[in-house]
Parts: sequence; C-alpha cells; structure tokens
Amino acid sequence: MSREWVPFGALAATVILIQLVTMFTNTQYYLTQLIMAALYSIVVIGLCLLMGYAGQISLGHAGFFAIGGYTAAVGTTLNLLPHRDHVLVRMAERAGLTIQTTNSWGVDILYFSPWITLLAALLLSGVISLLIGIPVLRLRGHYLAMATLGFGAIIYYILLGSRFLGEADGIYDVPGFGLPGGFTFDGARNNRVLSYYFVWALVIGLMVLMHNLVNSRPGRALRAIHGNEPAAMAMGVDTARYKLSLFVLSAVCAALGGVFMAHYNGGMGPTEAGTLKAVRYVAIVAVGGMASLWGTLGASVVLNFLSLRGYFGSLDDAVFGVVLITVMLVAPDGILRRLGMYTLRRNRDTAPDAFPVSAEKQVQRGTA
Amino acid sequence: MPSRFLRKSRCSVALLEVNDLFRSFGGLRAVDQVSFTVPNGMIKGIIGPNGAGKTTLFNLIAGSLVAESGTIFFDGRPVSGLPPHRIAARGIARTYQNVKIFRQMTVLENVMVGCHQRSRGGFLAGMLRLPFTVREERRVRARSLELLEMLGLPEVADQDASALAFGRQRSVELARALALEPRLILLDEPAAGLNIRETVQLAQTVRSIRDLGITVLIVEHDMSLIMDISDEIVVLDFGRKIAEGTAQQVRRDPEVIRVYLGDEDAEG
Repeated sequence: MSREWVPFGALAATVILIQLVTMFTNTQYYLTQLIMAALYSIVVIGLCLLMGYAGQISLGHAGFFAIGGYTAAVGTTLNLLPHRDHVLVRMAERAGLTIQTTNSWGVDILYFSPWITLLAALLLSGVISLLIGIPVLRLRGHYLAMATLGFGAIIYYILLGSRFLGEADGIYDVPGFGLPGGFTFDGARNNRVLSYYFVWALVIGLMVLMHNLVNSRPGRALRAIHGNEPAAMAMGVDTARYKLSLFVLSAVCAALGGVFMAHYNGGMGPTEAGTLKAVRYVAIVAVGGMASLWGTLGASVVLNFLSLRGYFGSLDDAVFGVVLITVMLVAPDGILRRLGMYTLRRNRDTAPDAFPVSAEKQVQRGTA
Repeated sequence: MPSRFLRKSRCSVALLEVNDLFRSFGGLRAVDQVSFTVPNGMIKGIIGPNGAGKTTLFNLIAGSLVAESGTIFFDGRPVSGLPPHRIAARGIARTYQNVKIFRQMTVLENVMVGCHQRSRGGFLAGMLRLPFTVREERRVRARSLELLEMLGLPEVADQDASALAFGRQRSVELARALALEPRLILLDEPAAGLNIRETVQLAQTVRSIRDLGITVLIVEHDMSLIMDISDEIVVLDFGRKIAEGTAQQVRRDPEVIRVYLGDEDAEG
C-alpha cells in the first residue's frame, strides 16, 4: 500500500477508535451526532470540489439535499396499496422493487424500495442541477451563486407550500434503508453502531472517489481552470463543460446525503432546504480551505458535531454566519491553511521566501 | 465552389492563412485588415511598436477574441469563431506575454494539463481509476517528464510551478504548450523578462521546436532575436500590416525604418 492511502487508513482507524471509546465509556449517544455530521459531510465534500476546484459558489446545495431527502421520503411513505392494480405498480411489485409492511400506526402499506428512491433522488438532483447549470455556467463570475440562491428559496417555498409534501411539518414515518445482510440503516438505537459504520464507510468511500478525481485528467483540468481559466481553455479544456459536470456531481452528492438523512431521521422538513443551511455548507468549505478535501471534512465533522450537540444554543445559525465572515476577512485560504502557514513561518527565518508571490501575480498587479 | 477548391490547393503549403482580419476596441482599430500566411515548418516573426495589435492578433488566432470580420484558415479549415478549446484541439498551442501558469499545481501537473487533448479519461473513469486511465496516466506522466527534460526542468518537476523564477515559468509554459502536440505554436514575447543567457537558450529552443516539425509564429520585441531566428517577418503598425518578408527585406523597407527601426539604426 502506498503512502497515498495512509490518510484514509487513519480516518478508518479513527472511526473505529471513536466507536470503541464511546462503547467503553458508555457514551454511545455521541454516535448519533457523528452519524448526522457524516451525512452533512457528504454534502460539503461535493461542495468543496465545486468551490475549491471550479471556483464556483453554490447556495443551492441545501435545496439539493432536500430534493434528495424528500424524494426518498415521498417514495418510501407513499402507500401504493390503493393503486395496486396500476400497471406500473404491478410491474414494480413483480420486479421486487416494492416492500410491503405494517407501519407504526398498524396500517398495511406497500412502498417503493429505498434503493429505487435513492436512484430516483440522485437522478432528479442531477437533472435539475443540469438545467440550472447549463445556462448559468456559460457566464463567467459568480452567477451560479445568485442563481442557486434563488433556486434554494424556490425549493424552500415549494416544500413549505405543498400539502402533498407536508407543508411546514415535512414528511415523517420514513422507513429505514434496508441493506444487504438484513441490516437496516435508520435511527433506531439498536442499529446505531451499524448505522455509524455504514455512514462512515460511505464517507470514506466518497473521499477515495474524490481524491482519485482530483488526481485524474478531469481533476487536473478543473484545477487548471481554477489556476488560470484562459490558459486552461487555450490548453484545450472545455471549461464550461467541466464546471457543469462538477456542479452536477456536487448536487448529486448533496442529494445522497439528503436521502440517508431522511432514512436516518425518519423524515425531513422544509428547514433542510433553507438558505441558512446553504450558507452553513459554504461556511464549512471556507473554513476547510476551499480546495482541501481533508480540511473540509475535518471542519464539517467538528462544526456539525458541536452544532448538533447544541453547543451554539439559539445562536446556531449566527455562529455559521460569523464563521463565514471571519474566514473571508482573516483567512480566505481557510483557517487550517492559515494555521499551517503560521507554524511554518515561526519555524523558518526566511519567511518571505517561504511564500513567494508568483511572477504572474506580480505582473497582474502591475497591469491591473 | 471553384474558390474553395483553389483555397484547398493553396493550403498544401500554408498551414495558417489569415485573411483581412479586423477587430476594434471602441474607436481603436487594434487589428485592421491584416492578411498573411504561415507556410508549414516555418518560423514566422511578428514585430511592431507597442500597441501595434500583435497580442490582439494572437488572441484572434487562438480564439480568445472573436474577429469582427475576416477569416482564419488552419490546415485548410476555417477556425475563426471557434472557442479556444476547439482551436487547441485542432493543433494550435500558445504561450502568454505575462505567463499564465496554473497556480497551486506542480510543474509536472502543469505540463500534464497540456496533454488534455491527447487523453480521454472522464469523471467516472477518474473517480474509479479504471485500468485504462491508469495506463493513460502513466503515458501522460512519462511524456510530460520527457518535455521537462527537453526544456531543462526535470529537477523541479514536483515543485509548485508558481513559486519558480520568471524565466523558468516561461519554460514550463512552453513545455505545457508542446504537450498539446500542436502543429502551430504561438509564442507571445517569449524573451520578455529573460536575461541574456536565457535569451540565447530560447533561440536554440525555438529552432529545436521547428525541427520537431512544429510551425512557429512568434511575437517579439527583441529585434536581434527575431531577425536571427525568423524565416519571415510581418511588421504591424497601428493594427495594419506595413511590411512582410525576410529579415533582410524588412530591415531595408523604408516604411519599417520610418516607424520602427529608424531610431535603433540611428543609434547603432
């Protein structure tokens, strides 16, 4: 095994260690927040690529998270029994794509398998992000931020205003996600440890995929776009297409997080689509250092864990707003990178040489 | 139809053909009805005073600007109006006057981006490290290291490219452009900011690029360099072409002497 995979091994070891510690100290309740923090991390890992590597800010990722969550919630709570004679329901049932059970109210229900709704959620978020991205990403600048801000607001009010989607209550009674081996991912206490391992395996898997992407041909093209867009185009990179692909990928990641959140919490409400949630995701990526997958994951787990444990009290949303402003003012490269530079600078006498301004920057400054 | 046939037969010699190209910025005629051809395998120089429209002409050929009128044919096919990445795919690479290096990427990675058009791997293949992308990656890496070797940069392959000295950044940019495996390379003032030793090396490098079978179009202020290496020279002034020919012809041209070389001759 090469050195490349050491951080992933370390993460897996940490995940296991934390579980063991909570077991021996009888503090297993911490796992609940760690599971939810992991689910939010899936969103910000995708957003980190978009912000850090394509240089685009999206304020619509809470919307995509909600699209994923609501698709899963609707698909798995819609009772198909009254429509059993419908040809599509019959086909789905025959293909084994439905599940029949008795819900907590003692009512017999037939619903779509969570695997089907998972696929539908990923597909739906992909198509919607494509429709937003195609016109917007042709333009240079922060038009995506504006368009997705509007998009997030639209989703929020649609969820809030649709009786079918539960209005302000959202959708509840969402069943667990049945996995191979008879194991179910849900919020039940006796499934907690397995749910914890499942969701962290998902995060580690996603980190591996994203790490591979960053170090592949398309990843290099994306970093080149961020490094110097005109030069990237002159080297044959179709910049608009790459930004679009990354936007879609990050939206699908957000939906993935949303799907499992709906199954874990047993429901989803419209606040998940709120602008404040979207700002929170952007703040986390900014703290993590934009183009740093590990920084973003670290920031996401710490901040989400503290928030979910209630340490920020009623100032929860304000904390993330202040964090975002502070990062932008003090350390636009991310807190972690700034700390790293600080320690480097203290350890070296030749501080200016350690961080030379590039020749290109000097030229740009001269001509600007 | 007959005219198209004619063009095709002519292009067996001309790799690049620029016809009546025009582009203005507000009231300024940056490139004004410029026409010239670049035969295959030639080093062609473009000179002119500051603001003569040389960089604008490059931007028009490379597609980062769109001409208001006129046509550009590359290898017998029209390229005017195509976006820059499509023009790059046709085989035109470029470097920049101000050096546009990819920040936060190593020297090797910068050059590997140049291989973008000559490789295939997409998002899914990259995420899953499919066997074919692993092989492709190995090939791209080897090819890029070869180019770094050629330009005397192998020892800085893993350094952050934007931290290099200016002259070496120029070499990285050149390696990156060559990684595209272009048929035509546009060099925009490659000697600007270089010291004398580096300039002498540059002349060698440009010749060796031509010897690889790559046609070179070069904009340069260093007169001795451009007179020395160019097979033919186009002289621009206020966006217009005022002369074209070999170094000797251009040097003797009364119009060129008046607007451009005059002072230099008087001093020398």
